[in-house]
Amino acid sequence: MDTVYRVMDTLLPFGFLRFTFMKNALLAMLLLTPLLSLLGTMAVNQRMAFFSDALGHSALAGVGLGMLLGVQNVTLSLVVFGVLFAVLVSTVNRSGAATKDTTISVFSSMGIALGLLLLSRDGKFSNYSSLLTGDILSIGQGDLLWLLVGLIAGVVVWAFLYNKLLVSAVSPELAESRGVRTRYLEYAFAVLVAVAVMLSIRWVGVLLINALLILPAAAARNVTRSAAQHALWSVVFGLVSGVAGLAISYALNTGVGAAVVLCAGLIYFVTLLIRRLTVK
Amino acid sequence: MNISEILHRNQLSQCRLCRISVNDLSVSKEGDTLLSHVSLHVHCGRLTALVGPNGAGKTTLIRALLGQTGYAGRVEHQDAQGHRIGTIRTGYVPQHFPFDRQMPVTVEDLMASLLSRRPVWLGVGPKTREHIREQLTLAHGEGLITRRLGALSGGELQRVLLALALDPLPDLLILDEPVSGVDQNGQGMFLELVEELVHSYHLAVLLVTHDWALVRRYADDVVLLDKTVRAEGSPDEVFGSEAFAELFPMTGAGVA
Repeated sequence: MDTVYRVMDTLLPFGFLRFTFMKNALLAMLLLTPLLSLLGTMAVNQRMAFFSDALGHSALAGVGLGMLLGVQNVTLSLVVFGVLFAVLVSTVNRSGAATKDTTISVFSSMGIALGLLLLSRDGKFSNYSSLLTGDILSIGQGDLLWLLVGLIAGVVVWAFLYNKLLVSAVSPELAESRGVRTRYLEYAFAVLVAVAVMLSIRWVGVLLINALLILPAAAARNVTRSAAQHALWSVVFGLVSGVAGLAISYALNTGVGAAVVLCAGLIYFVTLLIRRLTVK
Repeated sequence: MNISEILHRNQLSQCRLCRISVNDLSVSKEGDTLLSHVSLHVHCGRLTALVGPNGAGKTTLIRALLGQTGYAGRVEHQDAQGHRIGTIRTGYVPQHFPFDRQMPVTVEDLMASLLSRRPVWLGVGPKTREHIREQLTLAHGEGLITRRLGALSGGELQRVLLALALDPLPDLLILDEPVSGVDQNGQGMFLELVEELVHSYHLAVLLVTHDWALVRRYADDVVLLDKTVRAEGSPDEVFGSEAFAELFPMTGAGVA
């Protein structure tokens, strides 16, 4: 780890990177934004922005239930709960009991309510308020390792699923006719998004995580025309937002997550403008 | 590589099937009879038009042939000697192909993601690209490979869908009513291309359409469907039949 820090000192002689916690925060950004941005391309294509938003909100319930069951490792309770939540929402969606947005809305509010109920016992919610806004400056080396493992595993699974997901995003009927089991594919992607979101959520925040998944991919969609360009520019936008947001929050002495999301939002509006100017 | 070279190289994979026999096929759903005792043949090397009024069960028959819906009765495949053969490959060009036209996906992206295991966001390999070019050439869509899917016209999209339906080369090709946004001139060009494929590959083609002029011009056989087969034979025979006059009183006299 010391080697990594020394390399960073040499390559990036910026004032805000003097501190180890800032170095760790930067490394965290470099690990979590690429995976979220990559998965975001398909979340946008599959119109799953609302689903991932609900997933983020439900993290509160995940932490609360973890506490109740006495699980020490917060990341573990988050990931397990996220996967269960994703499978549950997908199953209810498939049953066609109500329209998707209604179902997701029900689960989203239930997740928040359950989380608040459990975490606010004895008036102690303030202990958990950092969950809402994220706390990337407190990330430790062990957590960085989790992110690295998550990034590698996530990209491998992503590479394996991608072509099938792309066909089914264009036309589920075409995918089915070519032997793609769209039902299992949907579950697999929902679970993958759940794991990526839950690994990142403590650092980015319940209120902001969805922006990091959706905004870079949505911005890239405005200025690209092929799948490869979409993936590339989404990752670029995610990385730029993450690093610029970190530097800005240091300069202005503000929360990191908020600055990152505002950068991503700014990029989105710039790409929208470019699109307006180039597409007649 | 031009079309005749591709066709020549593919001669070996020529159709082994001779005809598809539908025997006494019935479909009912929730108490409603959608199709009742339908029997017909679709021959290789011929273009069979399936016509009938709205609600006649044309789509249901296609779904049955594609194995997408259950049915009573038998669908058999026979070779030139009349021996039964098991499964056949069916290609399908759908009537509607709804998709998100804003999506950053090119024709090459879509076709490669069906052909190759390599994730498309890592780029398309040269072998896959060559294969896609050949398939598009067969469907007269050479220039479409780099185009964005959402930017294609109705006729161009139809060519891409045909290229997809021809890969792998099917024994039976089902063309559901033309994709909306294709004018009659475009439909004519499309069917000329289909006719060319029928003859060079000896494909069996089943075409669902309401366009009598196209039927007269391109169909070898016509089947008139209204829950069951009401008339079949050459275009002249079907257009001159009593059943046709009864089902299409306004147009009947005009085409007969």
